[in-house]
Amino acid sequence: MSNKAIETAGSQQAVITNNEDIVLEVQDLVVHYVLKKSVVEAVNGVSFKLKKKRAIGLVGETGAGKTTTALAIMNLVPDPPGVIKNGKITVCGKDMLSMKPHQLEKIRGKDISMIFQEPVSCLNPFLTVGEQISEVIRLHRGADKKSAAQEALEMLKLVRISSPEKRMNQYPHELSGGMCQRVMIAMALASRPSLLIADEPTTALDVTVQAQILELIKDLKNKLGTAILLISHDMGVIAEMAQRVLVIYAGKAMEYADVRSIFKKPRHPYTVDLLKCVQRTEQLFRRQINLNKAVLDPVNVPLGCRFHFRCPDVKDICILEEPPIIDFDGGKVRCWKYAEELKGERA
Amino acid sequence: MSSNVKAQVAVSRQYEKENRTLAVWRRLRSNPGAVVGLIILAAMVLMMIYSFLFISYQDIYTINSKNRFAPPSSQHLFGTDESGRDLAKRIAYGSRYSLAVAFGAVAIGVIVGTFFGAIAGYFGGWVDNLIMRISDIMSSIPSTLLGMVIVTILGPNLLNLLIAVGVTNIAGFIRMARASVLTTKNNEYVEAARAIGMSEFRIIFTQVLPNSLSPLIVTATARMATSILAAAGLSFLGFGIAAPRPEWGALISGSRNFITYAPHLCTFPGLFIMLLAFACALLGDGLRDALDPKLKK
Repeated sequence: MSNKAIETAGSQQAVITNNEDIVLEVQDLVVHYVLKKSVVEAVNGVSFKLKKKRAIGLVGETGAGKTTTALAIMNLVPDPPGVIKNGKITVCGKDMLSMKPHQLEKIRGKDISMIFQEPVSCLNPFLTVGEQISEVIRLHRGADKKSAAQEALEMLKLVRISSPEKRMNQYPHELSGGMCQRVMIAMALASRPSLLIADEPTTALDVTVQAQILELIKDLKNKLGTAILLISHDMGVIAEMAQRVLVIYAGKAMEYADVRSIFKKPRHPYTVDLLKCVQRTEQLFRRQINLNKAVLDPVNVPLGCRFHFRCPDVKDICILEEPPIIDFDGGKVRCWKYAEELKGERA
Repeated sequence: MSSNVKAQVAVSRQYEKENRTLAVWRRLRSNPGAVVGLIILAAMVLMMIYSFLFISYQDIYTINSKNRFAPPSSQHLFGTDESGRDLAKRIAYGSRYSLAVAFGAVAIGVIVGTFFGAIAGYFGGWVDNLIMRISDIMSSIPSTLLGMVIVTILGPNLLNLLIAVGVTNIAGFIRMARASVLTTKNNEYVEAARAIGMSEFRIIFTQVLPNSLSPLIVTATARMATSILAAAGLSFLGFGIAAPRPEWGALISGSRNFITYAPHLCTFPGLFIMLLAFACALLGDGLRDALDPKLKK
């Protein structure tokens, strides 16, 4: 019954796709991690669209399936144990999931780039910064060594790193975390991708550097016209960057709406919880008790709503049955609370 | 405008990229152990060149029965052997075989072993299984026996001896490279490399292998001495360099009957093998450090 509702929601989305501005479209993505004795449903029916020059925020706590979604978009889910069970991912009109490895290699880094969480460990300690940026340019633009190095230097200037000429010949361990993140961004943007996936780009950095990096990404987005998929568990970062927000809990999309409506009138209780974390830091510790009360076991997903045993507004039906996706003005939410309202309206 | 460009050029000159080999060499030079190793190796190579130029075939093969078992003296630096031949000249002449075996056999082991080991470790699954089971079979055959079989098939000469010893080295390097790659391949920069669209083989050779080198270098230098001894063993059994040729290992095994009577006959060639192994180990350690950009200072 509830599955039917999800299916109809999925097909509704499929109808409205013929738009040239759409850079990324994810439809009903399901990714499982198949372990020896159990199956973890890391991502379970996530759908969204992303247009040129826009940014979408993917929010959720650790283990919600944010990074898995990002990896699935690049078709890089580690296999084994990861299996993309279902779904369709289209990047610039190309179906990522049906492509052969050598075709994927041409798209990764060219049409889609990714910025990772840990900038320092994502750079090869054996190569200089300049060599690593040049590598991307040579791979995707067929430039020779010299012009690639020139271009790499330009990229370093673009990301406003201090004394870029010097950085070119330095190794990652000689740079600070913030500088490494700038290098990662330079690498990611060197091939002028249409889609940039930023997987918690600021988590490993301190607050002042965070602000600078976010400002930089925003700036480059406007300059180069890149669409951004921003993954974060930090609502503050999302508010700063994104136009649309997708809230994920335990692999399921809980709410999908405009950033304004998310902050003004969050519908899903989980979104409310997440927002409270940002808005009232002094109460964070008290909230945390609630948040930690029961961390979902990804192997034994409960019947009914995944969020029910943390939900403040839990009702009987939440425990028994998975809620459907409810459309509202400018967004979608998966919660019985609104389904009841809907029913009430109809009746 | 043009002065601006000039200034920019000047700035980028200032940070002109230091050639990678030059940088490694600079770091190697500042390591005293590596310098000692290099000097010893250089001396051995010089000795080999000297033997090519100034030591004739007659010098080392002509028998002089009046002067057998002479102890070291100013005339015969390392004394003479059971046929009255000058041991110093024979050692110098034999360096060509021993150096060839030491470096050649290890090179075969490193290149082939690392290649297959890296593939096994990186791809895993059935590829890993296949390569590792073959390597298990190889390492379950005693290395001398394996060497003998290979020389018997190919015929006894220096090159085939080198191949035989090299093949017996392969299994160890496969294992070593695989283990090393297994630890490196899960690094985040490998995933990042995949995300920028690098092909798997390129990732292995530019991302994974350079970061898995240190244990391989150390093992390689340790294998040099054992390779010489393995080659000597094969030579002694008649599979390898024929008896009168003064390969160092052959010199030792040839004079083992006189070890109590004329100990210098075993001591000096043994000393040279040891020196070679020692120099290689020092150089290997230094090289490992010099290749690691993190230990720059």
